[in-house]
Amino acid sequence: MMLSRRTALGALIASVPVAAWAAAPEYRITPVAIAKGVWMIHGADAPIETANGGAIANIVIVDTPAGTVLVDSGPSIRYGRALKAAAEKLTGKPVVRVYVTHLHPDHGLGITAFDPAIVVALPGTIADMSRDGRGFSDAMYRMLGDWMRGTDLVLPGRRIDRAAEDFGGRTLKLIALSGHSGADLALLDVATGTLIGGDLLFHDRAPSTPTADLAKWRGSLDVLAGLPHKGAIPGHGPFDPSGIAAIAQTRAWIDWLEAALTDAVRQGLDMVEAGQLPIPPQFAAMAAGRYELQRSVSHFYPGLEARLLPRMDVPGD
Amino acid sequence: MKAHRRWIAIIGFLTLASPASLASPSARAAYPVDPLQSPMWSAHARTIFGDDPVHFDPLLKIEYPDIAENQRSFPVALDARGIAQVKRMVIFADLNPIPIAIDYRPDAAEPYVATRIKLDQRTPVRGAVQLADGQWLVAGGWVDAAGGGCSAPPLSRVKGDWAEHLGEMRGEAWPMGADGASRLRVTLRHPMDTGFVANIPTYNIEELEVKSAAGAVLGEMEIWASVSEDPAITLMPRAKPGETLTVSARDTNGRTYTGNVAVAARAPLATAR
Repeated sequence: MMLSRRTALGALIASVPVAAWAAAPEYRITPVAIAKGVWMIHGADAPIETANGGAIANIVIVDTPAGTVLVDSGPSIRYGRALKAAAEKLTGKPVVRVYVTHLHPDHGLGITAFDPAIVVALPGTIADMSRDGRGFSDAMYRMLGDWMRGTDLVLPGRRIDRAAEDFGGRTLKLIALSGHSGADLALLDVATGTLIGGDLLFHDRAPSTPTADLAKWRGSLDVLAGLPHKGAIPGHGPFDPSGIAAIAQTRAWIDWLEAALTDAVRQGLDMVEAGQLPIPPQFAAMAAGRYELQRSVSHFYPGLEARLLPRMDVPGD
Repeated sequence: MKAHRRWIAIIGFLTLASPASLASPSARAAYPVDPLQSPMWSAHARTIFGDDPVHFDPLLKIEYPDIAENQRSFPVALDARGIAQVKRMVIFADLNPIPIAIDYRPDAAEPYVATRIKLDQRTPVRGAVQLADGQWLVAGGWVDAAGGGCSAPPLSRVKGDWAEHLGEMRGEAWPMGADGASRLRVTLRHPMDTGFVANIPTYNIEELEVKSAAGAVLGEMEIWASVSEDPAITLMPRAKPGETLTVSARDTNGRTYTGNVAVAARAPLATAR
């Protein structure tokens, strides 16, 4: 009697989790070496959707004498765990530092998988995450469902308060910028001259603007262009070995976007029509162009209308 | 076997007969099958179309972005140019707690209206136009949205400055070419409170009208609180370059707003169609 019940229970226990595991989606983490001791995991150049589990941001692994350093952590705890395992296997060293480049959930929600004490971000990023993180997290659960299971909103444990960090002789310069969001971190690996641009850089993938200030973004691109660097790792899209293409492309897109939307308001277009504007051939190779244009129309159009349409109300009415 | 078949016939008769007898006193033919399979289709059809004939028509264009980036403000354009004798245009979202957004009569205007609406959840978004002979043409599609657009407080309420800007009206008008129509864009600062946010009663623009300098009504609409905060509206009233259009609106507190805009001398570089 006891035995048969135990057998039955065992069969039940064995079958249920297997079914659950089979249903649980898995991230494929494929680090590609781009410089000595630097790997990039190329996110899907697509919108956040179930097919990619939200793994659309590029993640960087740096092998330092003091341990493994990560730049960004992906969209979920499941991604963060898989990333940690893959990175530690690759370098043979534990993860000692995780940088969060900015507040957006495709870059930062994966920190749930790490000890907050090793996770750092700019003070503005931590403030942004404590203000908007819950809303971002809710939106990610809605879009991605089971991919997000177990992902809590965790804030980075420490604020970045210095211009560089040394890891046993390998130095990462920390550059505090803004424009894609209120606080954007870029990093420069001095040993290889690799620039890690976060979402200040998009490459062959249209820039996204939900928290953008385009004037500040341009200023930050100027700073990046002036840094002594070789290749550049964008926040989205393929590695840029030239180090200048991604900067130029990002600038060209935001310049075009601002001019096109300003023109659209001046020409009397409605938001629907502005979202249907032709995308110039120079951006034909950029993934997600239409998607990001329509999002940007939503972000900028009401502000442009308020600035460009003249007042017409009769005073005193 | 025979008895069984008779029962089926009786049940069939009852199920066929009952909806019609419940729906309206005049037992009309049912509405066409909804291609969007919305749970609210027949309820809304009954309210909006009543006993008038209804068709889904590909000639009627309802356009909106592929993504609902902001569920408080989703752009929708209903374009019935190319369809003759349009006398009424309605934009509605089946699963919004306030389904109708705009009910527009383009009295002397091209049948076109564009605005931004709130989305409270994933919902069909539709346009319907009624022709002079009474029949309705309908078009629409499902729009995925994060939701809460009707139950979140307006940004100006959160910021607290809504009253300082209430009624500020901006706009511009341009001639559209040979057909004598103009393109009019109007924005009006208003919180457009839905009544679904705690301690904020319903408060919205409920009427808007466009008149010619001579006082003729070119277009008039009823507006519901499902239109986004600070409504932005695009219309195509018939007016010549230089002619002054008067836009007047009234909200649910009875407050009125008036603005004047002259149709520009010429159209800007015509990306606008």
